[in-house]
Amino acid sequence: MSDGIRARFRVDRKDFALDVDLSLPGRGITALFGHSGSGKTTCLRALAGLERAPGGYCAIGGEVWQDETRGLFVPTHRRALGVVFQEASLFPHLSVRRNMEFGQKRTLTATNRFSLPEVADLLGIAALLDRSPGELSGGERQRVAIARALLAAPQILLMDEPLAALDLKRKLEILPYLERLHRELALPIIYVSHSPDEVARLADHLVLLDQGRAVACGPLNDVLARIDLPATFADDAGVVIEAQVAEHEADDLTRLEFPGGHIYVSRRHEAPGTLLRCRIHARDVSLALIPPQQTSILNCVAATVVELAPTDTPGHVLVRLDVAGNPLLARITRRSAEKLAIRPGLALRAQIKAVALLG
Amino acid sequence: MEAHDLGAIWLTLKLATVVTVLLLIVGTPIAWWLARTRSRLKGTVGAIVALPLVLPPTVLGFYLLVMMGPNGPIGQMTQALGIGLLPFTFPGLVIASVFYSLPFVVQPIQNAFEAIGERPLEVAATLRASPWDAFWSVAVPLAKPGFLSGAILGFAHTVGEFGIVLMIGGNIPGKTRVVSVQIYDHVEALEYAQAHWLAGGMVLFSFVVLFALYTFNPARRKLA
Repeated sequence: MSDGIRARFRVDRKDFALDVDLSLPGRGITALFGHSGSGKTTCLRALAGLERAPGGYCAIGGEVWQDETRGLFVPTHRRALGVVFQEASLFPHLSVRRNMEFGQKRTLTATNRFSLPEVADLLGIAALLDRSPGELSGGERQRVAIARALLAAPQILLMDEPLAALDLKRKLEILPYLERLHRELALPIIYVSHSPDEVARLADHLVLLDQGRAVACGPLNDVLARIDLPATFADDAGVVIEAQVAEHEADDLTRLEFPGGHIYVSRRHEAPGTLLRCRIHARDVSLALIPPQQTSILNCVAATVVELAPTDTPGHVLVRLDVAGNPLLARITRRSAEKLAIRPGLALRAQIKAVALLG
Repeated sequence: MEAHDLGAIWLTLKLATVVTVLLLIVGTPIAWWLARTRSRLKGTVGAIVALPLVLPPTVLGFYLLVMMGPNGPIGQMTQALGIGLLPFTFPGLVIASVFYSLPFVVQPIQNAFEAIGERPLEVAATLRASPWDAFWSVAVPLAKPGFLSGAILGFAHTVGEFGIVLMIGGNIPGKTRVVSVQIYDHVEALEYAQAHWLAGGMVLFSFVVLFALYTFNPARRKLA
């Protein structure tokens, strides 16, 4: 896998240990998700070379950045990467334009895939170039920081909770730009976050970190649909479904189609054909053996039970379902599971009480 | 004002300028090292740099005199190099003043470097700047207020020194007789009027310098 990312770090400190061995795809957004203290930021800093993990190994796209077995450690400034920190950390003594040029003029022009005007356009900051960082809003500063990182000809973009320091409004302002990066640039992004919504909305690939260890790693839904994860992740259990806007109906509902059927949501502004990601929490899914009649719940899809697992919520179980190839999780009481004789292979109906649209 | 007085003023300004330039060159790497090192020697080096703050100038002057004298290590070296002996010369005065004013330059610059923190330098590294490049393009511009304070304090402190000049430089007109010594001479000779002119001038100069320092030195800009 020469175009992928290999990273093996072991850090031992008095109060903290990190021990990961990751093999990540060389494209798309990979989220490192975990609670604070899980080691996700340390992992990112080790990838960037800002911390040197003893005995570490790190290679990206066939280029080895660290291999302690032969004493190799490429310092950060010789690694073709871009880093976006939680705080934008723009240089206050330089204008927005000079900030953006800082990395650009230190890279070979031949390796630069983007021009400054292109990147400024992509991130919607073309009008801000002559301002000083102090005159920008938090969201604008973060967009400039992303632009600055892109202009340094990175082969990989590392983002350390880039939205965590922003309020909700600013977050919503930046997210579309991140989605745009994802769509328009063939640049692998490692995205550190502790926000399940951001991860569900942006990530293609997910690494769950818990107490310095990677407890799960794989394509987003494969990881989300696992029902054997530590309790710290169980509260937010749920899957992401990519659905297409099919029709805006007369009664202010929009019908979304996905391979397993269709779901109705409140009227959306997107044009038919647009792909939307929606998140369905396990706690919002209930099960019925026969197609329910006379119910207020509109969204009901045919599903097959794959497996069951206990959860930390007393008296409840987590059921993994298959909906035409898409995973779906349901959290129901053990009593119901016994009463309905829920077992792997059983075909039934999943009623979806709520759908969180991401976007 | 007599020619002697003007000569003393000129010599004082020349001394302070040369010393300030040398202090910026010598003090900056020391300040950088003190601000960033995790070495156990940090405390020792910091204390040595700060010694002139508490020692009487006569103590510092005495040791420098001994070291630069014919039997001292520096004296033997300068003689071997054919420079001769440094005490009672302008270069000797410069060297003594550099030691004496070192903390006044190192400490403001060190504080400014410390205030920058790790992050801007990390950002610079992720943008392909080598440590040397990042020092000049990020650390120095961000520490500008510290350099300004250090330069002003170093200059003013050199202008105001007395004891160490007497120990090392003596009182040679045009060579080592600076304003503070000239005032002392006037007072000894009971020439109070001349002493007033120079002393009043020093008060005014010091006030203007400190006023400028406290008024115009911009508060360190926060990192965006």
